[in-house]
Amino acid sequence: MLGYYLDLALRSLKRNKVLTALMVLAIAVGIGASMTTLTVMHLLSGDPLPGKSAHLFYAQVDAAPDAKKREPYDVLDYQSAMDLWSAKRADRQTLIADSQIKVHAPQANQPPLMLMMLSTTADFFPMFDVPFQYGRGWSAEDDATHARVAVISADLNNKLFGGTDSTGRSLRLRDSDVRIVGVLKPWRPSPQFYNVAGGRFSEGQTAAFYTKPEDVFTPLGSGLEINGDNFQPFTCWGRPSMPLHLQSAPCVWIGLWVQLDDAARVAGYRRFLEDYVAQQKALGRITRSDTRLRDLMQWLDFNGVVPRDVRLQTWLAFAFLAICLFNTVGLLLAKFLRRSGEIGVRRALGASRAAVFAQCLTEAGMIGLIGGVAGWLLTLAGLWLVRRQPTPYADMVHLDPGMFLATFALAVATSLLAGLLPAMLAARVAPALQLKTL
Amino acid sequence: MDILPILATLRRHKVILWLLMLEIALSCAIICNGVFLIAQRLQHMDIPSGVAEHELVQIQQAPIVPPPDRYARAQEDLAMLRQIPGVRAVGMSNQVPFGGSSSNGNVMLSPTQPHPTLSAAEYFGENLVQTLGLHLIAGRTLRTDEYVDADVVIRALADGSSEGFPMPMLVSQALAVRLWPQQNPLGKLIWLAPTASFRVVGVVETLARANAYNTATAQYSMIIPLHMGADKDQSYLLRTRPEDRPRVLAAAVAALKRADPARVIMHSRSFDQIRSDYFQDDQAMAGMLVSVIVAVLLVTGLGIVGLASFWVAQRRKQIGIRRALGATRIDILHYFQTENFLIVTFGIVIGMLLAYGLSLWLMMHYELPHLPGIYFPVGALALWIIGQLAVLGPALRAAAVPPVVATRSV
Repeated sequence: MLGYYLDLALRSLKRNKVLTALMVLAIAVGIGASMTTLTVMHLLSGDPLPGKSAHLFYAQVDAAPDAKKREPYDVLDYQSAMDLWSAKRADRQTLIADSQIKVHAPQANQPPLMLMMLSTTADFFPMFDVPFQYGRGWSAEDDATHARVAVISADLNNKLFGGTDSTGRSLRLRDSDVRIVGVLKPWRPSPQFYNVAGGRFSEGQTAAFYTKPEDVFTPLGSGLEINGDNFQPFTCWGRPSMPLHLQSAPCVWIGLWVQLDDAARVAGYRRFLEDYVAQQKALGRITRSDTRLRDLMQWLDFNGVVPRDVRLQTWLAFAFLAICLFNTVGLLLAKFLRRSGEIGVRRALGASRAAVFAQCLTEAGMIGLIGGVAGWLLTLAGLWLVRRQPTPYADMVHLDPGMFLATFALAVATSLLAGLLPAMLAARVAPALQLKTL
Repeated sequence: MDILPILATLRRHKVILWLLMLEIALSCAIICNGVFLIAQRLQHMDIPSGVAEHELVQIQQAPIVPPPDRYARAQEDLAMLRQIPGVRAVGMSNQVPFGGSSSNGNVMLSPTQPHPTLSAAEYFGENLVQTLGLHLIAGRTLRTDEYVDADVVIRALADGSSEGFPMPMLVSQALAVRLWPQQNPLGKLIWLAPTASFRVVGVVETLARANAYNTATAQYSMIIPLHMGADKDQSYLLRTRPEDRPRVLAAAVAALKRADPARVIMHSRSFDQIRSDYFQDDQAMAGMLVSVIVAVLLVTGLGIVGLASFWVAQRRKQIGIRRALGATRIDILHYFQTENFLIVTFGIVIGMLLAYGLSLWLMMHYELPHLPGIYFPVGALALWIIGQLAVLGPALRAAAVPPVVATRSV
């Protein structure tokens, strides 16, 4: 039966090519617009570490002396960060702070580069499942001794060493030589989740959270010794002395991530944070007692990482799809009702209402499928346009298999939805009346 | 034209009528709000900077090890840049309007105030009024002998000493009006720290912040006479004739490199470039909104064409009868045009309500102001025009139906 319906649908579509083209076009542009924005949205709002994100937490305490009612600062001061980190009360814990630095490879014959460097601790790599191409991360002992070691990105390794195994070679960071101990595989988390902070102050302009990870990773202590005065504070509650010595400055600038593998450990860590603040209050160093421990996705949510314009574009695209849907409903209705005579004959020859309904829906579905193909091409064109925008996430934008299937699913679903009402009305055509007018 | 027969006919085609009306209503809501969003973006992109935009170029060096004598180095660089032919003024600043990276201070009106009154941009640097081309509207500009090395001030602040304060400063008019409404700001004092007071000696008409996101606070700026030295985050600014900008920029970069080959230049760009970099997202969004509105109008228009054609085909016989009974072609044409006008008008009425609802939702989620009434007629007008254009083809075809159709059985 379905074969027959498909045949009928095809004939009907061929009969009035302009109307068919109009319907296909309406579905295609609607699908193209909404799938383009949906793909970007999917890419930007996804879980950067599926399966693991629920065990990663961002810890906050606030050492600022003011008493204003507000959320704690997004990052920590040096003292609190070091105290919490060295207490080792979580399954894993890492500190992060980044800075801009001049990088030069003595062996590679290239001018110095200005790159971003992440100064962190040994747990960073296993905690965030960072993939290695060569070598490995550094050890806890390297953290303690401020060893002159570094891990570099695949990009930088390609640029400086032509993609060969560069572990053991040396790299000049500003004026210090460090030994490369590891080279990452291409790694492009979306967003650059570990560095997200301050989203609520950015008025929805959060595209910067999607920049590439840093090119150089060093132990925190080493990074500070090499490039300390180029670390930027997040904010300060007093004027820091010059030149900037962040370890003693009244500023916040370090993030603390902890991995907690079960609910009991999460509760335990919350208690630990509260106890720490209580103890520091007793010592008179901290006055504010609020602490926060959000998991990765909560933290991204809190920072509203998806840029406001991207969300607005998604809504717009779906409103546009709705208009296209109304349009298709109208056109399908026109098409089916014009064929009232034909439907009357079929009904008179014994076709049930359900059969007519199924036939009409088949035709609508076929329009959806053709519209889906055209919509898929338009989506590819739309994504190409997004890639040409000067946004930090442009390089990541592509149509993955899931979204490819979603394109067709959405197209067929839209057309079936559009066909529902016209098909119902067509199935209600009274055979006798139509036959009389023939 | 008698509209009652049209209404009577429409009542017999309720489903299609409602579909058309809803489509038009949705289009209307999107167009009204879309045009408003575009206007918002354009208005935002139009924030005045207060500086001579077409005459300025900026050179920013990368953060490298500061030279031991950074104040002397800055003065040498400035002197060297001044020698470049075509340069009218040379200055130095820690930030530029729309530069993105900003330096701000918390302003207090008394040293003991628990919470600051507001946050304003702190412009530090050399010769800013002349180089930026700022418009001084009250008081005087800063004198060369009033400049102090940044280190001296920072040390005084760290020691909690008030020596050297109050320092002279310039404020933007917007800041002056906000802090001292309807008073003369000249001679007034503000505090940026409990020991650091500043006396307003002049007011500049406009000077936008480096991070002018929020229109309300975009023009809160202060200029403080500090020598910053050749250090990270500092920019050299050169003012020249618009046509000389590329040449002056290239010559300045070459001169700086010649003086110290180890320098890395981060930015060397014209102010026009700074502005377009800063507003590129708004530009892209405005472009996207325009294309959405065009697409909405197009799709709605095509929908009207499709349904009107269907109606004409369905009513061939009635049209023939009307023609046989004496209706002219113009009558038939007007019939379909009026019918379309009525449907679009109904759609617009629903669309206005929808547009209003949508604007409330946008206000809640996107911190937008209320949709001004002026945008409602914009959407209505666009849809009336597109409706009339779309129906013209089918209506002409209807008008061409010969009266003889009435006498045929099918």
